[in-house]
Amino acid sequence: MRLINQQLSPPVATALKFAPFALLVLAYLLGSAARLAENPNDKLLPALSSIAAAVDLMAFTPDRRTGDYLLWTDTWSSLKRLSAGLGISTGLALIIGIGVGIVPFLRALLVPFVNFVSMVPPLALLPILFISMGLGETSKIALIVIGVAPIMIRDLAQTVLALPREQIVKAETLSASSWLIALRVVLPQVMPRLLSSLRLQLGPAFLFLIAAEAISADSGLGYRIFLVRRYLSMDVIFPYVAWITFLAASADFAIDRLRRRLFPWSELEGGR
Amino acid sequence: MTITRRLTLTTIAALGALSFAPTAWAQEKTDFKVAWSIYVGWMPWGYAADTGIVDKWADQYGISIEVTQFNDYVESINQYTAGGYDAVTLTNMDGLSIPSAGGVDTTAVIVGDFSDGNDAVFIKGAGALADIAGRDVNLVEFSVSHYLLARALDSVGLSERDVKVINTADPDMVGAFQTPDVTAMVTWNPMVAEIETLPDAVKVFDSSQISGEIIDLMVANTDVLADNPKFGQALAGIWYETAALMTADTEEGAAARAAMGAASGTDQAGFEAQMAATKLFADPAEAVAFTSSAELGATMDLVRAFLFDKGLLTPGATSQDAIGIALPDGTILGDTANVKFRFDTKYMQMAADGTL
Repeated sequence: MRLINQQLSPPVATALKFAPFALLVLAYLLGSAARLAENPNDKLLPALSSIAAAVDLMAFTPDRRTGDYLLWTDTWSSLKRLSAGLGISTGLALIIGIGVGIVPFLRALLVPFVNFVSMVPPLALLPILFISMGLGETSKIALIVIGVAPIMIRDLAQTVLALPREQIVKAETLSASSWLIALRVVLPQVMPRLLSSLRLQLGPAFLFLIAAEAISADSGLGYRIFLVRRYLSMDVIFPYVAWITFLAASADFAIDRLRRRLFPWSELEGGR
Repeated sequence: MTITRRLTLTTIAALGALSFAPTAWAQEKTDFKVAWSIYVGWMPWGYAADTGIVDKWADQYGISIEVTQFNDYVESINQYTAGGYDAVTLTNMDGLSIPSAGGVDTTAVIVGDFSDGNDAVFIKGAGALADIAGRDVNLVEFSVSHYLLARALDSVGLSERDVKVINTADPDMVGAFQTPDVTAMVTWNPMVAEIETLPDAVKVFDSSQISGEIIDLMVANTDVLADNPKFGQALAGIWYETAALMTADTEEGAAARAAMGAASGTDQAGFEAQMAATKLFADPAEAVAFTSSAELGATMDLVRAFLFDKGLLTPGATSQDAIGIALPDGTILGDTANVKFRFDTKYMQMAADGTL
């Protein structure tokens, strides 16, 4: 039998799903035990018990100084920045993407500019953003928007342009105005793509968020990681990384579910 | 068959990716690695490596010393703590809070200098330190800047509760100071020199007012040093030859200062201005006297109290005595069963006696 036709029985498939995770944990435990045998205070690969203690300290014990539960205040600060940045980007993508896709005037005006801006490396702009917009929330949100919005705009404009021209012509024969065509023909058809595009930008958005928080902040997930990095506190960094991964994966899953719920027709194959 | 092979491959890949083999430290060896980062008091190490002074002393003791420059100070300490390097340049505070708190027994081989104005507190507009109350203060959190702020606030009867600390990356300090929402800042040279020239910057406190408390050291792993005293001797030899050269009022001295200035991104004049804000111990006898003085013990006591207050003296430390600090006269501050930070004048004394 060819490799590509291999049939996996359900137990084997399940075992394979978990194998890489189990191996990762095993490799960590072995490495950690070896280093801790050498130096019981080693911070690079802390024992699971130290990680659990750190999680307890960060998430379930009020901070000695402020009385806040640090993990939750960090998460709240970061999610506010992230949702503001992604919300603005999605709004821009929707308006500019559809506009560019159906109005020749806007296409001529904005396409070369958006294509150009999308190639600017956002992290290189960071010092400029901080000086022009200050060290507060504005510059952090702006970094996410600059990093994410141009790609989403381009993606959505492509989707609009890929709609069958016949649909537009048909609507025109029914005497629909440009506005009505945008609203009733184009918008419903590109919404699922907008949500998928948002999903794909979650990773980059987190990257820009953490980069911005590393420069200047007083709370946030990225802020905490870069702060405790100074003390090689891997017992705090590992749970934070796992938590960020979990948040991103949950958001990814939720947006996908939302798309299937709102636009069931966009999932013709394998949709449930 | 395919599945087992795939599993084996995955295992190998995963183990390979995570093979952090612990480094065997305690043994006699001939190859040593030293990490340093850019700072006025540490530039001699880079200069010594470039001009062959390192090799000269290493050859004299029949060892080899590899000197590596790090662009990131914290990363150089983390590499040392993780066991990748035998010695590193750091401050007395970071030495206690990073390698020592991480269980790596560390000895200060050379007390190179202390900050005598290199670190400063700035405010915008109003003219006195007490005006800092109620402001946001931008600084690198948990660094010597944070310590300087705590000492400054203490000197005018304020505490950290009276200000709000905003963690800010050091390369962005000068740019940040020019934005309207930044009204107070603590940082170090060369940023201090840059900020001083800005129109509304007022320097309200600097490290010359807590003279001798922010100390720059060359530290080495205690076990490595115990098994290889030659390494400590070579380090002392390198340091005092280079320090004598850089403080000399000769053509060679000027050339050395110009080279170190260029390497740290400024010029000879800029570098000499930074040296003026640094008390450099070019004379080993002076360094021995400073290290054995009672003030050093008092300083370390302040530093460990600060670190304990910030929760940096090992997690779960119940008092500032969690880590033992051994002073040159044999007294130990803190836990005598857990001495992880030591000041040792042995190698500096040998340099003073000319017995290297």
